[in-house]
Parts: sequence; structure tokens; C-alpha cells
Amino acid sequence: MLTIIKDLFKYNREFAVGFTLVGLIVVFSILSFFSPVDPTLLYVEIPDLAPSADYWFGTNSRGQDMFWQLTFAFRNSLTFGLMVVALSRVISITVGLLSGYVGGWLDRGLMFVNDIFVSLPIFPILVLFYFALRSDLNTYNLALLMAFLGWPFDARLIRSIALGLRHREFTRHAVFSGMSPRKIMFEEHLPYVMPVVFSTAMANMIWAIGLEVTLAVLGFTNINIPTVGTMLYWANNHSAMVVGVWWWLVIPVIIIIMLFLGLFLLTVSLNEFIDPRSRLRRMGG
Amino acid sequence: MMAAPDYNDVLKVENLKAYYQTKYFGIEREVRAVDDITLTIRSDEVYGIAGESSSGKTTLIKTFAAAINPPLRIVDGSMTYNFGGREVDPYAVSKSELDSLRWRNISYIMQGSMSVLNPVRRIKKSFEDFAFRHMGLSWPQFWEAVEAHLKLLYLPVDVLNAYPHELSGGMRQRVTIALATVCQPEFIIADEPTTALDVVVQKDVLAMLDDIRKRLRSSVVFVTHDMSVHANMADRIGIMYAGRIVEEGPTRELFEHPKHPYTAHLVGSLPRIGDTKRKPALDGRPPNLAEPPTGCRFHPRCPLAIDKCRTEAPPLESVGLDHRSACWRSADVVPLTTIPGVPTGGTV
Amino acid sequence: MRAYLFFTLKRAGQLLAVIFFGISAAFFITHLSPIDPVDQAVRRVTSRSNFSPAAVESMRAALTELYGTDQPLGTQFVSFWSRLFRGDLGPSLIAFPTPAMDLVSRALPWTVGLLLTAVIFTWLVGNILGGLAGYYQNNRFLKAFGVVAMGLQPIPYYIVAFILLIIFGFLWPVLPISGGYAMNVTPGWNIAYILSVLRHAILPAMSLVLVGMGLWFLGMRALVSNVVTEDYVRYAEVGGVNSRKIVGMYVIRNAIIPQLTALAMVLGGIFSGTVITEQVFSYPGLGSLLIDAVNGGDYSLVLAVTSVAITAVAGAIFIVDLLYPILDPRIRVE
Repeated sequence: MLTIIKDLFKYNREFAVGFTLVGLIVVFSILSFFSPVDPTLLYVEIPDLAPSADYWFGTNSRGQDMFWQLTFAFRNSLTFGLMVVALSRVISITVGLLSGYVGGWLDRGLMFVNDIFVSLPIFPILVLFYFALRSDLNTYNLALLMAFLGWPFDARLIRSIALGLRHREFTRHAVFSGMSPRKIMFEEHLPYVMPVVFSTAMANMIWAIGLEVTLAVLGFTNINIPTVGTMLYWANNHSAMVVGVWWWLVIPVIIIIMLFLGLFLLTVSLNEFIDPRSRLRRMGG
Repeated sequence: MMAAPDYNDVLKVENLKAYYQTKYFGIEREVRAVDDITLTIRSDEVYGIAGESSSGKTTLIKTFAAAINPPLRIVDGSMTYNFGGREVDPYAVSKSELDSLRWRNISYIMQGSMSVLNPVRRIKKSFEDFAFRHMGLSWPQFWEAVEAHLKLLYLPVDVLNAYPHELSGGMRQRVTIALATVCQPEFIIADEPTTALDVVVQKDVLAMLDDIRKRLRSSVVFVTHDMSVHANMADRIGIMYAGRIVEEGPTRELFEHPKHPYTAHLVGSLPRIGDTKRKPALDGRPPNLAEPPTGCRFHPRCPLAIDKCRTEAPPLESVGLDHRSACWRSADVVPLTTIPGVPTGGTV
Repeated sequence: MRAYLFFTLKRAGQLLAVIFFGISAAFFITHLSPIDPVDQAVRRVTSRSNFSPAAVESMRAALTELYGTDQPLGTQFVSFWSRLFRGDLGPSLIAFPTPAMDLVSRALPWTVGLLLTAVIFTWLVGNILGGLAGYYQNNRFLKAFGVVAMGLQPIPYYIVAFILLIIFGFLWPVLPISGGYAMNVTPGWNIAYILSVLRHAILPAMSLVLVGMGLWFLGMRALVSNVVTEDYVRYAEVGGVNSRKIVGMYVIRNAIIPQLTALAMVLGGIFSGTVITEQVFSYPGLGSLLIDAVNGGDYSLVLAVTSVAITAVAGAIFIVDLLYPILDPRIRVE
């Protein structure tokens, strides 16, 4: 496993860049555990100081040290993303495997539900939830909600793999030997599905964090928890650009772009690696 | 070494080498699919190329059709076509000149015609795409010629309006043959054209191919691992093993007096009426073309192998009239089946 | 033909199901709210100015009657749907007494216009360029384009819109950054208005195009790389068919089919992106309306916008699905 990563790093430029970018930001987030400041306190430092040797990322209009704020912000956003990804993986794997393996009316029913979810515009619905729940919509609820809205796409992919596996020899053997469907699905079929799960997990992470940022900027999440989106919200709230405190906006945006770009490059290069045809293409010429 | 000079040669291949060269994760690998092949195809003949999978025969005909794509590359050797006096090296001419040769002079019937036709367009569009620009006819004249051609091959004219998925496998293959022959090319390459078909349809398709070939007096290079098809169709056969030609000669001669142990095995594996003896299987596995065996490539599986075979590769040399073989012990090869009262190598 | 009709009917049934479930879900979500819309509305209105207690009470009574909050949930549900059929969702609060549906129908064309142009443009251009990039793999322009597209694609719509806002708002103010049209132009079918509308649409559209282009380009390029190895493409090459014809009729024509399915799947996301982008540029579409409605606690309006959004997206997906058999003759016979 480690050798694969090392090889990918050496020979696949997209992977190397993506891995580095994401790695840097993960390290950055981990720094938050060593932060000397409490991120929820306001007006601790002199506000509106430009980046300097003392304050690498400057301070914002709320009197906080941008550097440490951002470490927390990214840590929270990344954790949020991981939560959503984990939850939606569980749902999509279960639905996908069940649907593909059991088939029949269960499959039809689940895919019907799936199609409905796909056709719904997610952003307005999230906004609707915020409208209805207001401050009851905390980070965990939101993660749960997004997981519930984010599974259909990947469930379909997993289902198509499961459909193919259903008719394979080893599945028939397992059935004849009396293995319970649950065991078949999760012990025999799951490994086949893992590559897709892994690559879609990355894409799902991008989606989840992106949506969180968008909602937060509009002020539709708990704005007192420092996340990437809420930082931008407060920056807008204090008219950062107009006032001239550009670092409050520009620096987070740059790091956000780095994160998304990194995750995306990882997704693309892993996808290419997993798909044997594209791997073959890379070998020639 | 070459054919007798009173034949007209359509294709001359000399010391051709085509390798797959890959580089992945720092590991370089060279698969020698076509390794020093020299042969000649004459006009108005059917030349069969036989061999098992991974013998390199598909790669060889890809080089004939100039359908080489990286990581496959021509590493050495040359190839010259002769179309009615005009000599052409497909690897030396410009792309537009090569394109004008394609279909008009060199056409190709591909393996597995399940998917050689564009699935989203009607058959008539394929005819238009492949053939129109070569025929030099006006639009209505072109379609008259196409319909006449289809009638000649006993194909219903309304097949032109169909989509590929609407036709059966056999029908698709026949349409492909019609498509490949509509410009009356001098050189037709047929790559396992009957492998995916059931036996009844196979007979029809082969008959059709034979018929059209005789009408056009074209040469056909026929690739298949099925020796019975070769027995039926080929005038001469070249046996390929591990990227090299190990024996070549007229069909009857090869079946009755094979001069290479591999040929003897291939020929002997065909069932014959009245033959009740058990067929011997060949030891071992097909060779790894990235690291082929030393010396004669067949030696690990050869029942006649001697020490010399392990160290020196035997050259392809004449062992009879128009008959070449690459074996140190060609004189010792005997056919594998004998049926009392029937001459050895009797027709299937 | 009959198979196609059957297919259409089946999909239409699915469309209605989506709309029904979606809007009902929206209804129930708002009713899940621990916040009483009547209370909220009253609070909002009274916070701005002073009212006599009697006036507050009558307002409360009127609103309760309007929202039907004193009736059991089932009755409310039924009356909701019956009113929806008549296109009536009650008055909006933030623009009282304008009916919510009026506001929505005024905003809808702006969103649809922006969405349609952005989607059709990015899908066509993205796929064609991606197809060419997949076939002509050594073209430098296409390779550079690919790198740029790959860079922009993962960035959330909001961020791109925001960056454009900063660039064109503060650094290089040549394009209008807010509104649907200039304020001194009278709406109507006159040149000045049309030009103004187009000018104001440039930035939001650009934002959508920049993010969306990458998705189609990269997807198509990958698809084409696979299609190029298909037998019928190799055969056409061996047959010497005109290169341009191969790229157009053999490669792209086949590779684009799954992209149509993909379009159906991401339309929901593109719609969300449009809505978000509108908000950044204060474009008078559904997006801005929705945000204002939420911030203003306007229950009817939020429900109205969400219902229309669900219907619009589901309808668009339906239309895309109908196009599918036209592109792929293989599924016409079923």
C-alpha cells in the first residue's frame, strides 16, 4: 500500500501535487491542536493588522489572530467533510449493495427513491432546513442532512458493480454454501466496491465542504463555530474588502482553492489509477 | 528464399520487427510481437496465417494495414506493396497518400464484427464514409454501384437503412465483408472473420468471401487459429510462433508433409473421419514475448528438441518447392496422425 | 414510435412523483420548524414599528387564518396542495401584500435565462473541446485549456463568483456587478434594455461557465480516450475515413451519450450554483429572492421558491431524459 503511494507520487504528477497540497493543509489543521489562543474569543488582539512577522496572516476586524483562526477553521471544515463522507459512504454502500444484490422490488423501490433524490435541487432544500430549524441546525445535524442528500449518486455506481457481481461464479458458490446474504454482501462483494467508494469519497468531500462554505457564507449555519465558510461570512459582514482588510478574505480564499484543487487532483489521479484502461493508456506512447 | 520470379508479388516484407514498448512507473518492457519476419504475398492468392493466441499474428497484420499505434512501434525492417506496378511503402508516404490507399487498395475485415460499425449511424453512412471518396462516382452512381455490389453478395438492399444493432451477428459480418470489398481492393486482410460465428453461418461467410475474392482477383491474408478454415480457404499458409514464422508452404504440402514439429501438432489436432487415436497435447504454455526462450523459441515444448535448439535459433530456409521451415530437424518431422488406407493429411 | 411514447409516459409519471414528493417534503420541513411562522411574522413586523395590541391581535388572527396554523396538519396539507394548483401561495411578507407567486414568477425568467444559456453553452462547448482534447492529445492549446479547466472545476460556485466580484468590482470595474439591468433603463423590448440585460448577465454567466466548463471538458476527454479504443473507431481509421469525420461522427457522437445522462444528474447542482451566483451579483433571480425570503422570515415566499425550484429542476431533467433516445438509436426499441 505504501509502495503504491510512493510510486504514484514519483510518476504521477497530478497525484504528487494533489497529495502535497492536501497534506500541507492537513498539517496546517493539526497545528490547531497546539494553538495558544482560544478561537472563540473575540477582540483578543489588535484588530485589522496586516500580515507581518508577528501575525503571519494578520488579524481581522474582530480582533483575532488570523493564523490560528484559520487552523481551527480548516480543522473544523475538514472534520465536517469527513463526517459527511463517512455517513454517506455507509448509506450508499448499503443501498448500492442491497439494491444490486437482492434486486427485484427492493431494487426498484430503492432506485425510485434514488431518482427522486437526484432530481431535487439540494441547495434550496438545505436553505429550507435552515429556515425551518434555525439555530437547531448545528454541525452534526447538517452533516447528517448532507449525508442523506449526498448518497444517491454513488449508490447507483455501487449498485451497477453489485449487479455485475451477482451473476459471477463465486457468488453462486457462496449462495450454495449457505452464506447469508448479509455476509455475502459485506465480505465477498465489498472489496470489489472499495475502489469506487474511495474515489467517490474524495468527490463527496469536495462537495460537502463546498456546500458548507456556501451555506456558511450566507450565514445559514452556526456562525460562531470557526469554519472556512464562517470566516468568509464575518469578513463580508465587516465589509472587509471595502475597509481594506483584504487579508481577511484573500488568504482564506487562497487556502480554500489550494484545498479543493488538491482534493480534486487526488480524485482524478486515483480514478485514473483504478481504471485499468486509463492505466494502460499511461503506459504507452 | 524468395518465391519463384514468375509470380506477381503484392506485398514484400523484409526483416520486419514490431515491438510494444511500454514504460510505467519506471519499469521498461518490450514485447516482441513481430520479431524478424520475411515473407511475400502474391497476387490472387489466399495466404493463411496460423498460430495460437499471442503468437503475434494480429500484430503482424496490423503492420500490414499500417494500423500501428503507440506503444506498438516498427523497430526494424521494411514493407513494400505493389499495386499494379506502383510500389508503395506505407510507412514512408504521407498520411494523405496512405489514406488514399486505405480501402481502395488495402482493406481490412476485422475480428469480432459485433462492434466495427458505428452504432449510432445507419449502415449506408458507413458505406458513404469509407467508400465514396475512392470511387470517383457521382452520388446516385455511387449508390447504384453499392446496391449492385450488395446484390452480388446476396445481401438485401434495405440493409443499408438499418442500424448495426438491428442486424444479427452473421449479417453484420457479411455487411462488413461487403463494405470491405466495395472498392475492389487488391489486398484484403481478414482477421478471424468467422471466430465469433456459429458453424452454419461460418460456412456462408467463408463462401461469400471466397466468391468475392475470386471475382476481384484480390489477395487475401487470412488470419485464424482454426486450421480447418485454413484447410478450406488458404492456398499457402504461414505458421507463426512467438513472433516468428516457423513454417510456410502450400496448404496441401503443409498438411501432408509438415516440416516443423509445431505445424505437425497443429495439423494433427484436427479430427478426421475414421481417426480414433487420441490427440497428443502440447506441453508447456505459450511463450512470454517480453522474455522469449533462447535459441529456437519452440524448444521448451518441442518433442524433437536437441541441445542445439536451446542455443541457436534455426533460420527459415527452403525445404522443398515453395516450402520453408525453421527447424534444425525438419527432415525428421512426421505427421502426427495416420489412418490406414487414407493418405496422410487427407482433406477434412 | 410506440416504445418512445411508453417511455415518455413512464418518465412523466416519475416527474410527477418527484414533484409531489419534493414539494410535500418541503411543506413538511417547514412545518417541522419549532418556530411558529405566525409568531415570527408578527415579531418581525412589530419590531419595525409600534402597533396597538388590538392591531397585533387582528394581524395574528389574519395570519393564522392565512397560514392555517390552527388546523390539523392533514387539513393544512390538503389546502396547501389545492392552493398550489391554483398558483396561490399566499402573500409574501417582505413585499406585503404582493402574492408570493408573483414575486417568484417575476424572478423565474431571470434564473431560467441565466441557467439555460450557461448550461447549454458549457455543455456543448465543454464537450466538444473535451472531445477534441481526447482525440488530438498532443495539441498544446487543448492541453493548456485542460489544465485551466481542471484548476477551476473543484472550486465552489460561490468562491468563483466572489473572486470575479472582487476582480471586476474593485480591481478592474468594467462590468456591472449587480442587478439585472441598469437602473436608468426602462424594461421592455427595446435595444437599450436588451443590451443592458446582456451586460449585466455577463459576470454571473461567466462565473457559471468557468466552473461548469471543467466538468464537461474533463469528463468528455476521459470518455473520448476510451471511445477511441473502440473497434468502430479503429476500423474507421484503418479504413482511412476523413479525420474530422471520425472525430465528429464516430468519436464525439458516441461519447456524448453518457454526458447527456450526466447532465441530468448534475442539473440539480448547476441550479444550486446558479442560485448562489445570483446572490453574489444581486441578480434578480430566484437565488436572491430565496436568500431575502429566508432572512426576512417569509414563510410563504420560501415555500414558493422551493416549490418552483423543485418543479423547474425536475422538469429540466425530464426534458433531458426525453432527448436520450434521440441521441442513441440503440435504446429506441425497447
